[in-house]
Amino acid sequence: MDFINAIILLLNYIFVPALVYGSQLALGAIFVTLIYGILRFANFATGDMMSFGTMFVILFTWYLQSYGISFGVLPTALLAIPFAIIFMVSYMLIIDKFVFKYYRSNKSPPVQLAMVSIGVMFVTQAVVRIIIGPSDRRFFDGEKFLIKAGEFKEMTGLNEGLAIKSTQVITIIVTLILVSTLFWFLNKTKTGKSMRAYSDNEDLALLSGIDPKKIVMTTWVIAGILATIGGTLYGLDKSFKPFTYFNNMLPIFAAAIVGGIGNPFGAFLGGYVIAFSEILLTYAYKKFFMYILPESMEPDGLIQLLSTDYKFAVSFSILVIVLLYRPSGIFKGKVL
Amino acid sequence: MRKNLNVIAAYSIMMGLIILVGIFQSWNIALSIFNLCLISAVMTMGANIQWGYAGLINFGIMGFTALGGLAAVLISVNPVQEAWSAGGTNILLSLFLIIGIVLAVRFVLKKYQKTKIRNYVIAAIIISGIIIIRLVSEPGIEAIEEVNPARTGFLGGLGLPIIFSWIVGAFFAGGLAFVIGKVALGLRADYLAIATLLISEIVIAIIKHEDWLTRGVKNVIGLKRPAPYEVNLQQTDWFINLVEKFNSGKLVLISDITERQAALNQFVIEGSSIFVKLCYSGLFLVVVIILLILTQKALYSPWGRMMRAIRDNEEAANAMGKNVVKQHLLIFVLGSAIVGIAGAMLVTQDGLFTPGSYRPLRYTFLIWVMVIVGGSGNNFGAILGGFVVWFLWIEAAPIGLYLVNLTTAGLDDTHFLKVHLIESVPYFRFLMMGIGLLLIMRYRPKGILPEKIEIK
Repeated sequence: MDFINAIILLLNYIFVPALVYGSQLALGAIFVTLIYGILRFANFATGDMMSFGTMFVILFTWYLQSYGISFGVLPTALLAIPFAIIFMVSYMLIIDKFVFKYYRSNKSPPVQLAMVSIGVMFVTQAVVRIIIGPSDRRFFDGEKFLIKAGEFKEMTGLNEGLAIKSTQVITIIVTLILVSTLFWFLNKTKTGKSMRAYSDNEDLALLSGIDPKKIVMTTWVIAGILATIGGTLYGLDKSFKPFTYFNNMLPIFAAAIVGGIGNPFGAFLGGYVIAFSEILLTYAYKKFFMYILPESMEPDGLIQLLSTDYKFAVSFSILVIVLLYRPSGIFKGKVL
Repeated sequence: MRKNLNVIAAYSIMMGLIILVGIFQSWNIALSIFNLCLISAVMTMGANIQWGYAGLINFGIMGFTALGGLAAVLISVNPVQEAWSAGGTNILLSLFLIIGIVLAVRFVLKKYQKTKIRNYVIAAIIISGIIIIRLVSEPGIEAIEEVNPARTGFLGGLGLPIIFSWIVGAFFAGGLAFVIGKVALGLRADYLAIATLLISEIVIAIIKHEDWLTRGVKNVIGLKRPAPYEVNLQQTDWFINLVEKFNSGKLVLISDITERQAALNQFVIEGSSIFVKLCYSGLFLVVVIILLILTQKALYSPWGRMMRAIRDNEEAANAMGKNVVKQHLLIFVLGSAIVGIAGAMLVTQDGLFTPGSYRPLRYTFLIWVMVIVGGSGNNFGAILGGFVVWFLWIEAAPIGLYLVNLTTAGLDDTHFLKVHLIESVPYFRFLMMGIGLLLIMRYRPKGILPEKIEIK
């Protein structure tokens, strides 16, 4: 019995939260990796673009709510996502036309494009803060829990409860659907294949008659969808605050590079690598050991490898180690 | 003279703008803008050495600034004797352990061939070392943090004049840069950017959460000053006489004696804070001028030519027998050390150390905007960039407010759009920075004062 309790404890505090956080990071990391693989620059505006998309989701959610429209037990935000994506994608295409296109056609070095993306970051951040303000916002509605900790305890008669929030289930399901569609698109459709070809070898792709304009546009459309949905899922699960989104850029970068930048599958797994290591290393295992060890051997301290304050530092250290020993990432990067 | 006309013109316009702020807003605001402009100029000079001379991207400026600030605390705060006796030995022991681990790892690296076993041995040394350090340091840290947590709760510093910290800050930042450079400089440009950005976040995380060293988010306030205190100035005779002399024209007009005394007091209070700010300006100006002379000398020396050669074509420079790796490391350390000086200056000016206020947007990306806008590779440009961008950063809110009032003049004062826009005026500065950066990068990619290389 104690053993099952210990397992449930780990599931509740480590496995489920890490899986959810990992999914949110994975979407962002695929976004970074797509931009890096096809447009060939590190996009420092990632976090702010995600908050831009989420802002539209929130605005549409409010609009729908004001008409009394809801999605039953599911959050209204899911209904608002398609509308927000339209705005997000058009914003990205406008930015590309007026900002990035010039440097792309001039064949500027990636560093210059990264610098330009910092300009975009500033502008996007300003727009988000001017429109919706810098404060913390929750826009979740609908049923909050799928399984409550108390109910679970009653059902199974265990000491430890397993609470599963509906946002956690939504995050995982939406991520799985989105990512599998994306991989199907990249591997099976003609446009997807030409995107991969373009990423692998630009000149060869152009020689074989691939239209670069179409590739770039498709990339931004996919990026817009990923950014909006990724941002919304994060906001539903935690809360929406522009500053947090800006900071999320850092673990997202870590995930993308750890997985091998330019490789979407690597980025997908990289998200989970980062999330699991962050949570595994900062969790206090005292209770876990209390369940599995005999009473005489119970630990005194918290048995915590690192204090939770260093959560971010964990992912960054992993990134630095990976960069030093395997700069191409766990999965070989630079191939879409 | 004519060659430098654009430099002189640009600087005169900038000074004119600051003087206009002095006339229309107040001299206090103008001087505090000027002081922060000088500090920003030091930071941009550091970043410019790395980016403009050598083409290295350092997005870790925030980390080096914070280390400089930490130096200011560790140098100037008086030591907390109680804390030292409570946990000092444990901390010192941990320090020796860290040195021991580093030496052990170095020994293994030097002595043995590159094998898998060696990697495992190194990993084992580091992991067991960390566990031992935690066991040793934990009781010490707890004891230190329990010593009067509301006022101290940390080890304190050395109790020296704060001005020494400017040099020590440079050494701190340079030391960190040496470590980072050793491991990360081999990376490609954009990877280096991301790696330094993340490392600087780690530095901030450590400063924020190691309360025994830095007091963490509880902040350290009331640091020593290299300048006199306003309160003391207001009571010294020579200062009051000086203020009286300065404002004699205005004072003569007031006939009533008590009123004249009240007016004089007002002038003295205003004057004291201006005087203190002027002291800081003088100190900062000295630093900026010394650094400017040194960096200009370096830029036009054989070493500067070599750096440019390395920047423009690494392989060719390598083929000519220049040690690219070593030079990159050197310049990374030098640039970061200058940023460290700026960090210490900043804390000196504020008189307080707030680890929570170090954010990448303000201390990394804004500095980069300054470098790009001013003109990378040109020291005068970098300084000008620091001035222009900081000036706009501060004055963006008034300008934004003016623009909002202008565009919404037709609307009612309670109209929701107008109220909302006026509330969000502070964020216009981000917009201004972003658009400014994008415009400069597009239409004047070399900055306001572009790099000019004259062969003498």
